[in-house]
Amino acid sequence: MANPVISAQGLRKVFRSSRGKEVVAVDELTMEVEEGTLTAFLGPNGAGKSTSLRMLITLMPPTAGKAQVCGHSITDNPGLVRSSIGYVGQKNGVSPYQRVRDELHSQGLLYGLGREESRRRTDELTDALQLGEIAHRKAETLSGGQKRRVDIALGLMPRPKLLLLDEPSTGLDPQSRANLWEHILTMRNRYGTSLLLTTHYLDEADQFAERVMVVDRGRVIADDTASQLKDTFAGDRISLTVTNEMADKTSATMRRAAAVSGSTEPEPRRTELASGCTRLSVAVNHGEYLLARMIHDLHAEEVNVIAANIDQPTLDHVFLNLTGRSLREESHLSLNTTPAAEPASEGISR
Amino acid sequence: MINTTISPTTRISRPSGVLVDIWCVFLRELRPMLRDPFQLLTSLVQPLIFMAIFGPLLAGVTGESLGETYQWFVPGVLVMSTLFSTTMTGSNLLYEIIMGSHERMMVAPVSRAALLLGRTLKEMVPLLSQAIVLCSIAAAFGFRPHLPGLLTGFAILSVLGMGLGALSYALGIASRHQDWLFWAVQQTLIFPLTLLSGLLLPLEGGPRWIETVSQANPLTYVVDALRELVNGSFGADTLQGAVAAVVVLALGLVVGIRAMRRSV
Repeated sequence: MANPVISAQGLRKVFRSSRGKEVVAVDELTMEVEEGTLTAFLGPNGAGKSTSLRMLITLMPPTAGKAQVCGHSITDNPGLVRSSIGYVGQKNGVSPYQRVRDELHSQGLLYGLGREESRRRTDELTDALQLGEIAHRKAETLSGGQKRRVDIALGLMPRPKLLLLDEPSTGLDPQSRANLWEHILTMRNRYGTSLLLTTHYLDEADQFAERVMVVDRGRVIADDTASQLKDTFAGDRISLTVTNEMADKTSATMRRAAAVSGSTEPEPRRTELASGCTRLSVAVNHGEYLLARMIHDLHAEEVNVIAANIDQPTLDHVFLNLTGRSLREESHLSLNTTPAAEPASEGISR
Repeated sequence: MINTTISPTTRISRPSGVLVDIWCVFLRELRPMLRDPFQLLTSLVQPLIFMAIFGPLLAGVTGESLGETYQWFVPGVLVMSTLFSTTMTGSNLLYEIIMGSHERMMVAPVSRAALLLGRTLKEMVPLLSQAIVLCSIAAAFGFRPHLPGLLTGFAILSVLGMGLGALSYALGIASRHQDWLFWAVQQTLIFPLTLLSGLLLPLEGGPRWIETVSQANPLTYVVDALRELVNGSFGADTLQGAVAAVVVLALGLVVGIRAMRRSV
């Protein structure tokens, strides 16, 4: 990769509980993130996404391994790493006591922009993120969506080459999420900032990320574009409904067609319906082409297809196929539990 | 290790050092107070109540005039006001840690020492503003401080306030996983420190153990120094008070900066 903004080799983080038990939060993370891309860390809560991010932003020392962010070592030059990145954390970055405009201006000064430059940048981001109406309000009076927009502005204040976002849309209602993403993508197009985000929202990773790294139990278990991951690890699923008498013939035809497409599923799944019909389904690649062929072959065999359907795979199918567990269910369950690998406290500072 | 080449187009200039960082943090902390000075006025209510009630009571007991009583009592109120306001400031940091803004500050390229020093320096502003207002009001009732002595006293108070503030920030950081702990410790310590320092009542003539304990309390020395200074003397009490304030500041900075480094 020509210009990786992140380059990590064998990054590992182990937490030790007060009883001496070791928990591996991140295990041998090796990755590169290309400049200008939007990369998503996808995984359930407790998978190690945030811990990975916190090592990369120098808030936490790795137990082993090394990484460079924007060309600087996270362990040898944490100050230079911090100077080069923007960060939007899981919680709100704007202090409840501060007014929005003051906080943006302070952020500019903290990054060494200088008073005039910081003011100019504050004006620019206030305009770009439509913060004008709330610029003089205290953060504690803002809605969740407004605070998130301010967080994005704070992250972009130093004109970072790389913006890291830790579950930026968690806790927002669907409308605020859509609005936030619109702003994130607009800002990215305007400033060409590279983005690395963690999320447990499948649709966000699927829709917006050019590259998805699926993380589970501290390990990256898949790394590719969302469409390639779905093609590789899930595929389409074709479902056909026929009368019970035609089920065997249909199953054989579907099996043959699926095998041609490279499907490894040995036999279509059968579900008998109450109406004297059977639904058969099989995983295939490029289902849109294969469905037409199946119907054509079945027609030639005088099988009347009552209903046909293609289910497009989601990243949840990818996670399910890779781990045997549903990411959607894991994320839902973990909302009410503490992640096992969440650190009690272990930070470094220089 | 893969060599990376980052184009210099977005290179960011860094503040010129810790002093600039401290100034930036100081300004950030000061702005909410400047935007809403009313909070400064509300913090005056408690010390004014003490002055309004204790002053006449003490005057009645000693038979002295209110002005003479204030020569002894106002330094105590100043130290008490410093103690109460600065030991609470850690709760602001604790709240920012819980809400998330502190983490953002920790990701900024700012020295950890500056994050603490900027905050503690800001504590001087409300502290000195309060002290000036309290002395002005007391002056209307006969308080006649020696001006150079009073200014020296303010300097000692500032040093003490910064030290207590730094310790309060350290307590706030230490309480980040159990926020109730902050108030439990602060409230547990604040009253013994107040009562065992002779701020409000003279300790002379009290039980021996109280005098012994008070000698381990730095506030005892600071309040004695202020009483000496407002009466125009610069003696051993002043020196001991200054040393006590510097010790509190040094302890606060060591503990506070160490805590700040581990605050995420």
